[in-house]
Amino acid sequence: MADITLRVNGSEKKVSVSPETPLLWVLRDTLEMTGTKFGCGAGLCGACTVHVEGSAIRSCSTPVSQVAGKSITTIEGLGANGPHVLQQAWIAEEVPQCGYCQTGQIMQAAALLAKTPNPTDEQITQAMNGNLCRCGTYERIRKAIHRAAGNGGAR
Amino acid sequence: MSPLSRRDLLVGGAAAGAGLVIGFYLPRRGASEKDSFSPNAYLRITPDNKVTVVVARSEMGQGVRTALPMILAEELEADWKQIEIEQAGASTFFGDQTTGGSASIRTTWDPMRKAGAIAREMLISAAALTWAVPRSGCTAENGHIKHAASGRSLSYGELAAKASTLPIPSDVTLKQSKDYKIVGQRLARVDSPAKVKGEAVFGIDFKIPGMKYAVLSRCPVIGGKVSSFDEKDSKKIGGVSYVGKVGDSAVAVVADSVWGAMEGRRVLNVTWDEGPNKDFNSTPVPNAPTMARDLPDFSKAAVLYSAGTTPNVLKVHQTYQLPFMAHAPMEPGNCTAHYQGSKCEMWIPTQVPQDCRDSVATAIGLDPDQVKVNVTLMGGGFGRRLEHDYAIEAALVSKAINAPVKVIWTREDDMRFSTYRPASTHFLGATVDGSGLPVALRHMIVAPSISGQKGQPTPNNVDPDLPDEAGPVYGIPNYSIQYLMTQTPVPLGWMRSVYALQAAFALESFIDELAVAAGKDPLKYRLQLLAKDQDLTYFSTTWHTARMRGVLQLAAEKSGWDKPLPAGRFRGVACFGCFSSYMAEVVEMSMENGQPRVHRVVAAVDCGQVVNPAILEQQIQGGIIYGLGNALRAKITIEKGRVVQGNFDDYQPLRMEETPTVEVYAVPSQETPTGIGEPSVPPIAPALCNAIYAATKKRVRALPIQS
Repeated sequence: MADITLRVNGSEKKVSVSPETPLLWVLRDTLEMTGTKFGCGAGLCGACTVHVEGSAIRSCSTPVSQVAGKSITTIEGLGANGPHVLQQAWIAEEVPQCGYCQTGQIMQAAALLAKTPNPTDEQITQAMNGNLCRCGTYERIRKAIHRAAGNGGAR
Repeated sequence: MSPLSRRDLLVGGAAAGAGLVIGFYLPRRGASEKDSFSPNAYLRITPDNKVTVVVARSEMGQGVRTALPMILAEELEADWKQIEIEQAGASTFFGDQTTGGSASIRTTWDPMRKAGAIAREMLISAAALTWAVPRSGCTAENGHIKHAASGRSLSYGELAAKASTLPIPSDVTLKQSKDYKIVGQRLARVDSPAKVKGEAVFGIDFKIPGMKYAVLSRCPVIGGKVSSFDEKDSKKIGGVSYVGKVGDSAVAVVADSVWGAMEGRRVLNVTWDEGPNKDFNSTPVPNAPTMARDLPDFSKAAVLYSAGTTPNVLKVHQTYQLPFMAHAPMEPGNCTAHYQGSKCEMWIPTQVPQDCRDSVATAIGLDPDQVKVNVTLMGGGFGRRLEHDYAIEAALVSKAINAPVKVIWTREDDMRFSTYRPASTHFLGATVDGSGLPVALRHMIVAPSISGQKGQPTPNNVDPDLPDEAGPVYGIPNYSIQYLMTQTPVPLGWMRSVYALQAAFALESFIDELAVAAGKDPLKYRLQLLAKDQDLTYFSTTWHTARMRGVLQLAAEKSGWDKPLPAGRFRGVACFGCFSSYMAEVVEMSMENGQPRVHRVVAAVDCGQVVNPAILEQQIQGGIIYGLGNALRAKITIEKGRVVQGNFDDYQPLRMEETPTVEVYAVPSQETPTGIGEPSVPPIAPALCNAIYAATKKRVRALPIQS
């Protein structure tokens, strides 16, 4: 066990967990923030995507000790000041079906727009290809990202 | 929760022509429900003007929490913005609550309409009594009853108390489709806002105070058992509080966190009794005839469909094969159980709440009434959650530790301990006339029975799913469809579109081969086979060649079938009917580095009255992407009794880079709605393989394509 301080969505959180615990389980079990999902446990599906210092990472394969003191943003923090433009675009394009992977998809897309405010189709595919959706919503995700980009996605 | 006594039950007659009987009940009114109006189990209107619709099917992404209330709200003449949704747990009030077989709309269309119409009529009566005017002068509109002559209006909430005292009418008139205001509209899904914010609670997200977490070590060999286990190393992991056997074939590790339980399992030492399947390999498919031209013994087959006479000797033969496949929904299996001696409460993402209740009751020695099943949101289902395995495990562990517990499966658990789409072999034979059209066609399906393996009835050696999934498509004068049941030790499950995927792949590949042999355009060849209006009776469904022709023509028109493609682009087509819906798909693709790349799919569907076109499009698009992934790569193999694949690296679903655009067109129809969750899956594999033939002159007769 180790005492670790995390900065999640702008607040300091002290947790006492074994240092190799994946960030995913600290978020979900310890901090009770369940918007970040478990899909594969191996960095293959992207359901667990969060931002660390603004970059999208797979929280299922990131030991919590690696992100101590770093700025972490989860889906709960993305729309903290009203729905994020991506969340609005996701609804406008009727993206979610089961919805399980969509929080990870949105976090991945948010990291893309932060660096590339008006991505091409090619750039969207490159950024989003690691995020699986078994409901097959990929084309709507693409449209939603374009829509959000048109509405100032990288706010 | 005590069961309702018999006197609380009023058995309502089915709506005209419904063919469904469902229990309507008068709920007891507690203090908190005073003056609320609830004429049946689906609806509750309270004086504060809240209109709550109860959804008795499970939401796994297919939109039932939106579409089912739309049906009720239409008849109720409700204000859609006012509707609140409540998820039903397992309850006998709702008949069979299984969510599967693309049946939610089909089976609730009449009960939901009737539930809304009954309430509407009672609210009209309540208003008429309140105002002392004839009923005929009162109309229901947008959540209010209005009296045009006097300009008066009362909200449903204001009328709830009065309405609740009135007798329930036994017969009501349902609206005509031309008057629909809600059904047929692209209303936004009610579940999307919470899903994009991460606030939606899936089964895996549910938590209760004092809850522990469990992961299970299961015997890697199908049918094997625990011989012994040593918990010493597991107990050294922080937070691990219990290690114990669950049933014969698994050991649970319980901890105060998911990670602790996973770590505890990682170091657990179990010795397995590998049992009878330790040398079993899935190739070739056991008991199934091989790919050779040796035809099976047709005399042992069950006849599913027979028109005219099909001679034993046919001129043209082909064989098609499909592998075992896994559902792999995004949310791994899980269930929370709280065993409390004389009762047990469950929270589970399930397609079968009633089966979970009954199976858990048996497993832990309670009566079904003592087990309460709450249905959570599901991160995909695709048939995987038609099984009750997670529920039984959770209940057994909760009983063993006498505390609430959530059992979580990892992705590897999901891949290796699932139930799988049956592998199958198909023998197609035909005799053609001078113009190359079949005068006789036989389709022999050789596959194990899912229901049979589970010990459920298989009357006349027919798997009970086949009547919804393997019907005739064409009006061929001599046409027979046969089924030969085989056995396998591989656990079988119902996977999206079930046997229709296999049946369509074989039939629609074979038809394409016949078209090519006849030197005809494959789409026009199919239209020729459907040219005459015929009704093909298959079990309780009648398939209409005219409706199949309709979807083919629509797909042809929208895809621009007659227009030339750029160099290097090719098309393929397939059509099929299942779950009472008609589907045609045209694939546009090219070959890149020897692999097919699909650019565009045009899908045409006839599913009767469309309840919500936006959800229909989602379902058709999703089914095609799911089916495309199945066609390209889905294959579960078993070596030495063990499932080889484990995660999304060796069982690879479609990713964004491979996803085509999918256009969806529906034939306008006022027929009774039919299934949409599954019918788009089966045609995509043969449509793609037919396009591959057009591109390469090579015929794919065994899936997956990239094997």
